[in-house]
Amino acid sequence: MIRLEDLLATTEGLRPDDLARWIAAALVTPHEEAGEALFNAPGHARVQLLCTLRYTLDIEEETLPVVLSLLDQLYATRAQLRALAAAVMAQDAGVQQGIVAAMGADQEAMP
Amino acid sequence: MTKDPYETLGLQKTATEAQIKAAFKKLARKFHPDLRPGDAAAIARFKEITAANDLLKDPETRRRFDAGEIDATGAETRAERPQQPFYRDYAEGPGHAAQDGFADSAMMEEFLARAFGDQRGGAREPLRARGQDVSYSVSVAFLDAANGAARTITLAEGKTLQVTIPEGAEDRQMLRLKGQGRPGYGGGPPGDAYVELHIQPHAYFQRKDDNIHVDLPVTLREAVLGGRIDVPTVSGTVVMTIPKGSNTGTVLRLRDRGLRNRKTGQRGHQFIALKVVLPAAAEPDLVAFLEGWTPKHPDTPRKEMLT
Repeated sequence: MIRLEDLLATTEGLRPDDLARWIAAALVTPHEEAGEALFNAPGHARVQLLCTLRYTLDIEEETLPVVLSLLDQLYATRAQLRALAAAVMAQDAGVQQGIVAAMGADQEAMP
Repeated sequence: MTKDPYETLGLQKTATEAQIKAAFKKLARKFHPDLRPGDAAAIARFKEITAANDLLKDPETRRRFDAGEIDATGAETRAERPQQPFYRDYAEGPGHAAQDGFADSAMMEEFLARAFGDQRGGAREPLRARGQDVSYSVSVAFLDAANGAARTITLAEGKTLQVTIPEGAEDRQMLRLKGQGRPGYGGGPPGDAYVELHIQPHAYFQRKDDNIHVDLPVTLREAVLGGRIDVPTVSGTVVMTIPKGSNTGTVLRLRDRGLRNRKTGQRGHQFIALKVVLPAAAEPDLVAFLEGWTPKHPDTPRKEMLT
């Protein structure tokens, strides 16, 4: 967990008004504890991602939510795929091959 | 082997600052690991790009690199960034990369490749994939890091790993143990283990680069009259001559008694700051001497402080 002030102090280039706006726009959500804003490790990494997108890659402020939303959807889909893959790997070799073969057939059927 | 930073960014040596900035931005947009979640190679590539940019964006380090004063590796160590986790290490939920270094799930990638059109092996064989990389951190005693040591670490799952700590190992140095990660799937090769060294501080020795600094107490007699005394070093006790009239704050140097540099193989030095210590027990003769003593050159050591 990192406090909001510490996050501002240790993140190169992060401007307080930018962070406040990102929080207000729910691009990143700190935890609230005894009136203090705290960021856990994923939240911390998310702020760093926002900084990289905004400052290093020069993505415009109004495009940020679009990029973040697409990334969130991509990560959510990957998490589901991961769970699915793990479930497949837990099956017998015969079942695995059956699934893989069926997916291949399915794909060929697609236009 | 570190590549030429100009080559990494696809630039000529004559590139302007604006061109460097633009080249970095373009490559970073393409290779930022959070924008390529399934691409394990993107992390290494992005680090390379970032290191090249760190070196070239500062005109002074760029000038020193161009003049051959620093090489791409030296500069990289100098500008080394803290290990920054990427968002993708958390974004796919618990149990994913946060515990397993930066390894993406090779199993899933292989499964997807099989399922979606990667025909190379035919779909008849069982899935086969490299095991995941794992990372550990190990705490290392100061002298073990200074002199090198072999250590056996026991992991939570009961497995043991042989780790050779190199002489002069640095804090946060990462060792790679090939094939010591998770087992492969379906006969695939195992992943690698990464071990991060955490060097513990020492009671007397302090490390600065390849040099060792130590504060050494000496008696009043040794300071005034000089003499040969035993001095601890990271590689054992050595005898050193203290010159006559040494004082608290006098710094002496023992050549080549520091740590061996990993790159050059040269040893650093040990710097010894003397600290004069008065006798611990009562010394009536010394008191009597001082009472009867008129200095030839009266000292006024606080003169500058009392204007």
